[in-house]
Amino acid sequence: MAATVTEPGLERVRRLETIWDEPHGVLGWLTTTDHKRIGLLYFFTTLVFFGAGGVEALLMRTQLSQANEKVLSPETYDQLMTMHGVTMIFLFVIPMTIGAFGNYLVPLMIGARDMAFPRMNALSYWLFLFSGVFIYVGLFMHAAPNAGWFNYVPLALKPYNPGRNIDFYALGLIFNSVSSTAAAINFIVTIFKLRAPGMSMNRMPLFIFAMLAVSLSLIFALPSLTTDLVFLELQRNAGFHFFDVAHGGSPLLWQHLFWLFGHPEVYIIILPAMGIATSIIPTFAKRKMVAFPLVALAELLVAFIGFGVWAHHMFATGLPTIQLVFFAAASMMVVIPSSIQIYAWTITVNLGRPDFRAPLMFIGGFIAFFVLGGLSGIMFAAIPFDQATTDTYFVVAHFHFIIFGAAVFPILGGMYYWFPKVTGRMYHEGVAKASFWLAFVGTALTFFPMHMLGLLGMTRRIYTYPNGMGWGAYNLSETIGAFILTAGLLMIFANLAYSRFRGPAAGPDPFGGGTLEWSTTSPPPHYNFPVIPVVRSAYPNWDREDREADRARLRRGELVFDEGHETPAATVVDAVPDEVLEMPSESPWPLVLSVCTAGLFVMLLVRHYVVAGVFALLALLVLAAWHWKEPEEE
Amino acid sequence: MLRSLWRAATIAATTAALALPAVAHADGGQNMLHPESKQAHAIWTLWWVMLGVSAFGFAVIVFLLVLGWVRRDRASLPFGGGERAGTAIVVGAGIFVMIALLSALFVWSDIFVLKTTEAPAASSTRLTVKVIGKQWFWEVRYPGTAAVTANEIHIPVRTRVNLEGTTADVIHSFWVPELNRKTDMIPGQVNRILLDADRAGTYRGQCAEYCGLQHAHMSMFVFADPVPVFRRWLANEERPGRAPATAQERLGRRLFMSMPCSGCHTIRGTPAAGTSGPDLTHLASRTTIGALTLDNTRSNLADWIQNSQRYKPGNKMPGFTLTKTETGALVAYLERLR
Repeated sequence: MAATVTEPGLERVRRLETIWDEPHGVLGWLTTTDHKRIGLLYFFTTLVFFGAGGVEALLMRTQLSQANEKVLSPETYDQLMTMHGVTMIFLFVIPMTIGAFGNYLVPLMIGARDMAFPRMNALSYWLFLFSGVFIYVGLFMHAAPNAGWFNYVPLALKPYNPGRNIDFYALGLIFNSVSSTAAAINFIVTIFKLRAPGMSMNRMPLFIFAMLAVSLSLIFALPSLTTDLVFLELQRNAGFHFFDVAHGGSPLLWQHLFWLFGHPEVYIIILPAMGIATSIIPTFAKRKMVAFPLVALAELLVAFIGFGVWAHHMFATGLPTIQLVFFAAASMMVVIPSSIQIYAWTITVNLGRPDFRAPLMFIGGFIAFFVLGGLSGIMFAAIPFDQATTDTYFVVAHFHFIIFGAAVFPILGGMYYWFPKVTGRMYHEGVAKASFWLAFVGTALTFFPMHMLGLLGMTRRIYTYPNGMGWGAYNLSETIGAFILTAGLLMIFANLAYSRFRGPAAGPDPFGGGTLEWSTTSPPPHYNFPVIPVVRSAYPNWDREDREADRARLRRGELVFDEGHETPAATVVDAVPDEVLEMPSESPWPLVLSVCTAGLFVMLLVRHYVVAGVFALLALLVLAAWHWKEPEEE
Repeated sequence: MLRSLWRAATIAATTAALALPAVAHADGGQNMLHPESKQAHAIWTLWWVMLGVSAFGFAVIVFLLVLGWVRRDRASLPFGGGERAGTAIVVGAGIFVMIALLSALFVWSDIFVLKTTEAPAASSTRLTVKVIGKQWFWEVRYPGTAAVTANEIHIPVRTRVNLEGTTADVIHSFWVPELNRKTDMIPGQVNRILLDADRAGTYRGQCAEYCGLQHAHMSMFVFADPVPVFRRWLANEERPGRAPATAQERLGRRLFMSMPCSGCHTIRGTPAAGTSGPDLTHLASRTTIGALTLDNTRSNLADWIQNSQRYKPGNKMPGFTLTKTETGALVAYLERLR
C-alpha cells in the first residue's frame, strides 16, 4: 500500500507511526494496549494451556489403552480428567477464539484502530493469565480440582472432598470469569460503536456477528456460574447450606445453575468457529455467503436459544416429564439455526469456484465433524435415548466432535488463514495439507469409536475397565488416534514456526479476502489503517473503487486522524460517524491490578482473609491510580 | 477433499464393521445394542432409526461437499441454479425439512417411547426393590422383607419390578443397559425405574454418574431368575447368617466380631451391625466381591481381606495383616454365609 502513497500521505503515515508507537522490548509487551499484541499474548498463552490439556489427554488415553492398565493412579486420573476439561474450555478454546482471534481480528475487520477499552483489554489478558496459572498451581501441588469440570455436589463438598482441590476450581473460575466478562463487554462496545463509517449492522462481517453473539452469551451466562461458585465456596468454607438436603438445600441447584451457564458455554465455544468458517469459505469460494442475512440471524439465534436448553444435561435426574419435554423441544429448536448455516456453507462452496487450500480443507473437516457431532446431539433430544446414553462414551464422542472437530478445526484452519496477515509471511501449503490429513484421520480415529463404546455400555469418567467387555479394541484405536492427532498438531505448529522465519513474503492480501483486515499491510501497523476505510458492503475489500477512494482520502488527509491517538466512533445501527475518541495508550496499571487481584484470590484460597482484604484495598488503590487523569501529551 | 471424505467414510465403515462382533451377546453383558426388555428394545429401535436418518443426513452434506470439490471450476449448482436456488435450498432443506424431521422425532420419541420407559405408576408392580448407592457399592433391599444384599440384584423374570434408587452419600446413577435407561440417585430424592426382563439371565450394570475415586469399580449384576428360583433366593436372603459349623469357622466368626470388620459390615443374627460396608449375611451366595471387582472365590476373598486397597484403591476397607490361620478361618466363616 505504501508504494502507492504520495508525499503528503507519507507524511501523515509517518505522524501516525510516531503517535501510535509503543515501547520496544519486554516492557512494551507488559504495558501494551495494542489489540494485536494482546491478541498475540493470548495466542501464545492459550497454546501453552492447549499443550498442557493435550498432554493430560494423552496420559488418560494411555491409561485407557487397555483393560486394567496402571499408568495412572485413580486420584491422578481424576485430577487429569478434571484439568483436561477445565483447561480446554476455560483456558484454551474460549481465550483462543475470543482473546486471540477476536482481539486480533475484530478491530481490523470493522476498520477501527483499537478495541473500545484498550486498557481493560490488557486487564482481561493479565487476569486470564493469572487465573490459568492459579488453577495450574493446584496440579503441581497434586491438589488439582478432581470432581470433573462439571463439579457436581455433594461430591465437591467438604465431607467428600476435604482438600483444597475444589477451592482451586471455584476460586480459579471466578477469577477467570472476571477476565471473560471484561472481554465480552469490550467486544460488545467495540462492535457497536467502533465500526468504520458505512458499516451498518447489515454490512457487518459474519465473524463479527458471531463475536457479538458470543459476547452477549458470555455476559448473560457467566453470572450463573459465578453465583454457583460463590454458593459452593460459602458452603465449603463458611458454613452455608445451599446444596445440603438436610438443611433445605438441593444438590440439583448446583446442576441447574451450572448448566444454565454450561450449555450457552457450548455455543460460546462453537460460535467463533462458525465465524471463522464464514470468513474462510467466501474467501476461497471467491463469492459472498449465500443467504447472508439468514446466516447472521442464525448466529444470533443459536446464542439466544442456547439459553433455553440447559436441562437436557439433567434428563436422568428425575425431573418431571413436562420439564423433560419442554427442554427436549427447545433442544430440537436450536438445531434449526445450525442446519441453516451448514447448508449455507456447503451451498456457498458449490456456488463459487472454490480453491481447496489448507484453510478451506480445515473448514471441510469442520463441516463433516460438526454434522457428525450435531446429529448425535439431536439424538440427545430424544429423551429415552438420552437417558440411556448420558454419562457414557457416546456423549464423550458427541461433544469431542463438537468441541474438537467443530470448534478446534476452524481454529487450526484460521491459524493458517490469518498467519500471513499476522506475520507477513506464507506458510508451506504442502505441509499444511499433510497436517490437515493427519489431524483429520487422528480426530476421526480418536473420537469415532467412542460412539460404539457408549453403546456397548462404557460409562464416562472411569479410570479403568475390566477385560471381557468388548471395549479393548476401540480404546486402543482411540489411543493410537490420539497420537496421530498429536503428530498432526505438531506438524501444524512446526509449519507455522518455520514459516514465521523462513516463509516467503505474503503481501497484504495473499488469498483475496473480502474483509477489511486484508486491506492493510501484513503485519498491520499499530494504528491498523493509515486512513479509516469507508464501507459500502459486507465484503468491503472486494469493492476495489472504495479502497482506491481510501487512498485518495489519505492523500487529501480525510479520516486519517493524525492529530492524536484517536479513532472515530459511529452510531450503533447505521455506523454514521458521530464522535472522535481519544484512545488511551500503553499503561502498567492493568498488569499491576491483575497482580493485586491474583494476590486476593491466593489469600482467599489459603483463607488468610485479612491479607485478602489488604490485596482488595491495594486493587482499589491501583484502580484509582489507573483513572487518575494523565497530563495531556504534548 | 474427496479423498478426505472417502477416508472418513472408510474409517466409519471399518469401525462400524468392527462393532458387529461385539453385538454378539454374552451373558452378563452391558450392551445397549442387545436389549432384553420391552423398554431397552424401544430405546434400541429409536437408536437404529435415528442412526439411519442421521446417516442419510450426513451423506447429504458430504455429497454437497464432494460436489463442491468436483465442480470447483463451475460457479453454479449442477442444474444451473445460482443465488436464488442456493437460498431456496438453505431455506428448504435447512429449515423446513429439518422442522418436519425434528417434529416427527419429537412426537415419536418424547411422547410415545418416553411412555414405554417411564417409571412404573405407584404400586402398579408386585415387587419393589430399593437400591441405595454408596461410595462405592450398591446396597439392595427388598421392602416388606428382611432381605438386604449388595451389588447383585435378583428379580423375577417377565415380572414388572419397581426399582427405587436413592443414595447415602454422593450422586450415583443406576444403569443396566440391557434392561432400561438409567436413573440418577440423588440425595433427598427417590427416583424410580421399571425393570422387566424378557429372558432369564445375568445383566451387568455400572454406576454412570462420577462418584469419586472408585467410580470405575462400582458395578452390579441383575439376575433375572425364573419365579420359583427367585422365591427360593429371597427366602434364603431373609434368613439370618448361618452359624459356624466347624472349629475353623467358629474361629473365623470370633475374629470377625473382634476385628474392625463388624463395625462396618452387618451379618444379621450376629452382633455385627455396621452399615458403611456391604451386608455380608449371605456373602457366599454372591458371585463377586468389591462391586464386581473380583470373582468371589476363596483365594480372592483371602486376598481382598488383606489387600483390598490394591484392587480398589481408596475404598473404605483398610488392609488387614493376618496370619495364614486367621485368614483361613475368616474365609471359612465367610464361605459359610450362603
